[in-house]
Amino acid sequence: MPLNFTIAVIALPLLMFLFLGLAGPKMSRKIAGVIGTLGMLVTTIIAYGVSLTYFFGDAEGQIADGVRQAVVVFNPDWLSFTKTLVVRMGIMLDPIAAMMLVVICTVSLMVHLYSLGYMCDHHGHAEKGFQRYYAFLALFTFSMLGLVVATNLFQIFIFFEMVGVSSYLLIGFYYSSPAAKHANKKAFIVTRLADLFFLVGIMILSYYTGTFDFDKLVFGPNGANSLETAGSAIASAGGQTFLGCSVMAWALTFIFIGGAGKSAMYPLHIWLPDAMEGPTPVSALIHAATMVVAGVFLVARLFPMYVIEQGAMDIICVTGAFTAFYAAAIACVQSDIKRALAFSTISQIAFMMTSLAVSSAGGNLIEIHGGTGLGYMASMFHLFTHAMFKALLFLCAGAIIHAVHSNENSDMHGLHKYMPITSFAFLIGCLAIAGIPPFAGFWSKDEILVACYEKGLGWGLWMSAVAGMTAFYMFRIYFLIFHWKEHKIHTEHAPADQPWTMTLPLIILGVISIVAGFVPAHSLVTWDGAHLHTQLNWTVAGTSVAIACVGIGLAYRMYFRENNLPQRMADSCRGLWTAAYRRFYMDELYQFITHKVIFQSICKPIARFDRAVIDGFFNLLARASRSAAYGIRGFQSGDTQSYVFVYYIGAIALALATIICVAL
Amino acid sequence: MNLTLLMYLVPSLIMFGCGVYGFLTRKNMIAIMISLELMLNAVDINFVVFNRFLFPGQLEGMFFTLFAIALAAAETALALAIIINVFRIAKKVDINEINKLKF
Repeated sequence: MPLNFTIAVIALPLLMFLFLGLAGPKMSRKIAGVIGTLGMLVTTIIAYGVSLTYFFGDAEGQIADGVRQAVVVFNPDWLSFTKTLVVRMGIMLDPIAAMMLVVICTVSLMVHLYSLGYMCDHHGHAEKGFQRYYAFLALFTFSMLGLVVATNLFQIFIFFEMVGVSSYLLIGFYYSSPAAKHANKKAFIVTRLADLFFLVGIMILSYYTGTFDFDKLVFGPNGANSLETAGSAIASAGGQTFLGCSVMAWALTFIFIGGAGKSAMYPLHIWLPDAMEGPTPVSALIHAATMVVAGVFLVARLFPMYVIEQGAMDIICVTGAFTAFYAAAIACVQSDIKRALAFSTISQIAFMMTSLAVSSAGGNLIEIHGGTGLGYMASMFHLFTHAMFKALLFLCAGAIIHAVHSNENSDMHGLHKYMPITSFAFLIGCLAIAGIPPFAGFWSKDEILVACYEKGLGWGLWMSAVAGMTAFYMFRIYFLIFHWKEHKIHTEHAPADQPWTMTLPLIILGVISIVAGFVPAHSLVTWDGAHLHTQLNWTVAGTSVAIACVGIGLAYRMYFRENNLPQRMADSCRGLWTAAYRRFYMDELYQFITHKVIFQSICKPIARFDRAVIDGFFNLLARASRSAAYGIRGFQSGDTQSYVFVYYIGAIALALATIICVAL
Repeated sequence: MNLTLLMYLVPSLIMFGCGVYGFLTRKNMIAIMISLELMLNAVDINFVVFNRFLFPGQLEGMFFTLFAIALAAAETALALAIIINVFRIAKKVDINEINKLKF
């Protein structure tokens, strides 16, 4: 399939959005959903065709000298500020963009299909706002696709905002629920705050380099990521420094903060758990598989620049490693299954970030060329596999929630007997995320751990420990949902596997989660477009599988059958348990900072100043002129003769004054 | 008897004073208008007299007087029209009737 079909991949969801948004209310709910799903199916087929052509066809010369090049399909000027500073809107395919097309379209199609069943009540009637829901899904898909094929930073920024808006609209889909309203506001405000930094970063970067385009910032003459190009782009800042760091390091750090907001890195992660108020398929699409990896994608996009500005890379590394552990610790004690999965997502995205950051170990160009681009490949590979199995887990969670009408695992327990297909699919997802071979997560997580050990033993051990925690908390969720004790039916009918529209995506994603690990990522999505020689590191692989097994075993011991061990353990370190359950009080801290510190000590005095001084001044003017008017309005009596009298007095006074002046 | 400038100006001043007094004190609008005419005529006399005594060879003062008489006639017609309309509404020609044109 010719690569310029990518335009259709971008345009179709936009058309679906416009069509469903405008004509949706005129048609029946089900038909709108089916049209949306069929539109997405066509989009997915074209996207697959384009990606396969990009990766495996060589008709269009995208592989030169063994290097996979970035292909710009379409790149017209959009805004010309000056001759050199031009914003373009285009479509560019490079390995990670082509991979993201597959990820986004697959998950989006699955979610479209799944929602046909999920967004219905138990009698099979579609919910109110069904057309709107599908229109927003199409809008999100369009924005996300536009983001990954962007040819320049400014375009990425625009689509960054658009995915933020779609996320806002979909989290608040049940807009009559106060929790959903608060959650979507929180998500929007937190990510906007981060995007402000992103914008500042873009401004600094473009001020010094004079361009937004990736082909001038990171792509070399051979069309692949090049450290030389990135180096010269960074050198255009002329070594200027600000507060002891080079301005480019600042710019890249700010851009990372923008990505961290979207990717829910500590401390900007607080919006993601609350975003689970949205419909579960939305969580699967936006808050697990696609939008939240936009930050990782952004860092990967500017990877050569980050490699050179090692300071910014170190910040990413530390943030990622800390977030991975922090989120995993919280995920171990959450009782709401969607929130537990949300923290698991945060932890896994942090894995990807860390992997990208350790990829440039040492920052030495030769070392990089020598093959330590492993972390980059591992990160992108993990992004791919994680999107599949995390979407699977969320869709399973959705099926369970749809069956028992609750998010709390205390309302579930023992569902294995009632929902065998869902149980089996969830188990596949858990095995994949825990890193048990041959499931997808094993291959990608193993590469990440190898990359971390290459950076240093400490990093490797830290991430291995987090991987063990991942296995533990995922199987804790699994056992608590599907085993632990007999299910107590508390709804009017027994929970059961859901209709085929919801089960089919589970099966498809389950199969993908099993086989996705065999995708030859090391020859497809390397940072420099060249084939990367990797081999399974048996020490690391063995260790990580052993750790995962320990985690699973512990979870089995604690949660498979009802016992009081979890309770005893929680009691033995009650403070720590509560802290983790309350997410280490980050929300309270934010509440304290925003309400107590910022509102009370900054905003309130400013408001008082505004009301007292600024408003007061203008009120004074108004009051003075009003009282002056009251004072003089008596002059206008309407009595002609008194006017004439005053006129005479004035005339005589003037005459006298003139005479006196002349006489003197 | 030799007429001097002052012998014209004093009656003119008396006329003007009467006009002012009448204008300020009378309540009947017709009377007020008559007072107004008195003042105008006093001014006309001044024009003619000053022209006659100060610039005997010239006629500008005379022309101004003719102008003023014509203007006074027009102004009287206008004022009478207003007074008639006020009378139609108020059935009176009292000046206090039209003090409603205020805030």
